[in-house]
Amino acid sequence: MDKASPKVAVDYVRSAVVVTLNYEKILDEVDIKSIEKSVLPVIDDNDNIKLVLDFSKVQFLSSAMLGLLIRIKKIVEDKGGQLRLAGINPKIMGVFKITRLDKVFTIVEDSVAATESF
Amino acid sequence: MDSKNNDFLLESAKTIEVDSLDRVSYACGVVMDAINASNFAHDEVFAIHLALEEAVVNAIKHGNNCDSSKKAYLSYSISDDRVDIVVSDEGGGFDPSRIPDPCCDDNLCKASGRGLFLIKSYMDLVEYNDSGNSIHMVKYSQKVRESDR
Repeated sequence: MDKASPKVAVDYVRSAVVVTLNYEKILDEVDIKSIEKSVLPVIDDNDNIKLVLDFSKVQFLSSAMLGLLIRIKKIVEDKGGQLRLAGINPKIMGVFKITRLDKVFTIVEDSVAATESF
Repeated sequence: MDSKNNDFLLESAKTIEVDSLDRVSYACGVVMDAINASNFAHDEVFAIHLALEEAVVNAIKHGNNCDSSKKAYLSYSISDDRVDIVVSDEGGGFDPSRIPDPCCDDNLCKASGRGLFLIKSYMDLVEYNDSGNSIHMVKYSQKVRESDR
């Protein structure tokens, strides 16, 4: 991973906001609070946001991150927005399937497909 | 073997003490380095790592209520065919049968409550001591499961 990359990168693509999580592992409270602090202001600043969370760099995450995703989804939808998860690797996709969260989230292959899906 | 983990005795086990959430990644990293140096498949390593992190976080957060004067005890034993992990805390314990199913429709959108479910889903054997403050988890290597067929 490029050491110069911010841990959370925000890009505006078409009408969407793409948040790339430059973490190999999202595990502890520090990581999760840091992501929360970066993502929530982006949602606050954009009513009806079309938000893509790009997990293509992420190899591993804990149930605490699943909890944050659920909170983010609720905040986005309460503000009239939509959320897509993109770039989820097969092992993490297994976690979503086992917990049935693949039925809760709209999961798209990659961020390009996600921005085109709105 | 630390006496705190004597509900589940593991042969040749090593034990790490963890006193805060900040130390969870380090402690789990020590165990995972040892497992990565063994012959477990990538999927098995992912499963063990996930269950291990969830168990230690549960012990610190829910068992010890993040009280840094209390410790969680992480013991592990690795052989060619299985990994045994015991995680104990100094809390009062809980009844795992009373943990709601996070996959039922009413709970699906709750932000927490998936840790134990993931542990059970990804490990081959999961058991608690009577007081509910110590969990023993086992993952068998794929080679063992295939030889059983």
